[in-house]
Amino acid sequence: MSTPSQTVGPFLSIGLPWEDGPDVVAIDEPGAVWIRGTVFDGEGEPVPDALVETWQADAEGRFDHPDDPRDARSRDFRGFGRCPTDEHGAYGIRTVVPGALPGQAPHIDVSVLARGLLSRVVTRVYFEDLDNDGDPVLAVVPAERRATLIAKRTEDGYRFDVRLQGDGETVFFDL
Amino acid sequence: MVTPAPQRLALPKYRRDPDGTHPPLDSPDYRSTRLRHPKQPLVLMPQRLTEVTGPLLGPGRLGEHDNDLTRGRDGEPQGQRIIVTGRLLDGDGRPVRNSLVEIWQANAGGRYRHIGDRWPAPLDPNFDGVGRTLTDDDGRYEFTTIKPGAYPWKNHDNAWRPAHIHFSVFGTAFTQRLVTQMYFPDDPLFAQDPIFNSVPDEKARQRMISRFDLDRTEEHWALAFQFDIVLRGREASVFEEEEDDDE
Repeated sequence: MSTPSQTVGPFLSIGLPWEDGPDVVAIDEPGAVWIRGTVFDGEGEPVPDALVETWQADAEGRFDHPDDPRDARSRDFRGFGRCPTDEHGAYGIRTVVPGALPGQAPHIDVSVLARGLLSRVVTRVYFEDLDNDGDPVLAVVPAERRATLIAKRTEDGYRFDVRLQGDGETVFFDL
Repeated sequence: MVTPAPQRLALPKYRRDPDGTHPPLDSPDYRSTRLRHPKQPLVLMPQRLTEVTGPLLGPGRLGEHDNDLTRGRDGEPQGQRIIVTGRLLDGDGRPVRNSLVEIWQANAGGRYRHIGDRWPAPLDPNFDGVGRTLTDDDGRYEFTTIKPGAYPWKNHDNAWRPAHIHFSVFGTAFTQRLVTQMYFPDDPLFAQDPIFNSVPDEKARQRMISRFDLDRTEEHWALAFQFDIVLRGREASVFEEEEDDDE
């Protein structure tokens, strides 16, 4: 029987941030982009004590993981990013845009943890300048809410804000 | 759509936890949930490759004494020295091996080393309150630390958090990511704590309470508590994900 989830509380920054947490790829990685955004609460105020974690395939759409049955060889791609929000609620993850997966548009899975969240909330980042047609996860999201999952192109990458509650509330998933 | 070469993928699938295992995101007694819980219903997500894989974070994340929170400073921290051991398991009792376990906690006086913690208990110059380790081949982990103190907070009148240690674990799949809190047996503060009590199922709540472990105490040195962490299990059968044949 599973152990219950509990909140990370207000002091997660003691234990969870890593110096290289935001660096899914090295600074000189070809095609590196920044995914930046702000986490907002139900009154539109920034959330300064959240943690954003990301998990994704590499640029070829492969995971360095034994349960990716397509390729056993290690690719040495961490695939994981984590960044606490700053006093303005902002986070940033430096990564590469993942390749498409079988039958799915390129995407990044995201967890948001914070004081006031008794479990993490889970969402997905898609990319506005890529082809998202036919993606089976977007397809189960009500059409009028899909835009909350689409990151917008910026000068150095993409912008993906998270709205925990209220107007424009981000779509969160039950896994 | 860009799609790799056609193939059939055999993927594991992770079971859902029974209702009442985890707290509802909207838990009004814990006031900080008010503006932070989603009001729209969660969308049921089909588990695909991204969800059944996950970060496998290994030795590169550890420093030499990261599982001993009583070391690393010039002197010994104040408080009751304790050993915390346990196993990281999946829902079928299988050990989760070589997996990162991260903890953080208040000091013996209930004070966190954090700019936002201002209650008038002393900081301990010899205690940072952060630890990490990897599970071994049996899924076992072990920390040496100090028993954290209870501390007051402003959730309701005369509110106190029961003593606890924060645990963060990954398992082997994105679906298994878990952050929880380990509590201590027979804490009189449980009854008034909305975070502990946010878990609806009584038996599930009990799984967050560590067990005093006389066998693991060290004579003349440290008390011991045992805390197993159980993550979601896999379905008995794998399913096949049909490949799109559009390339």
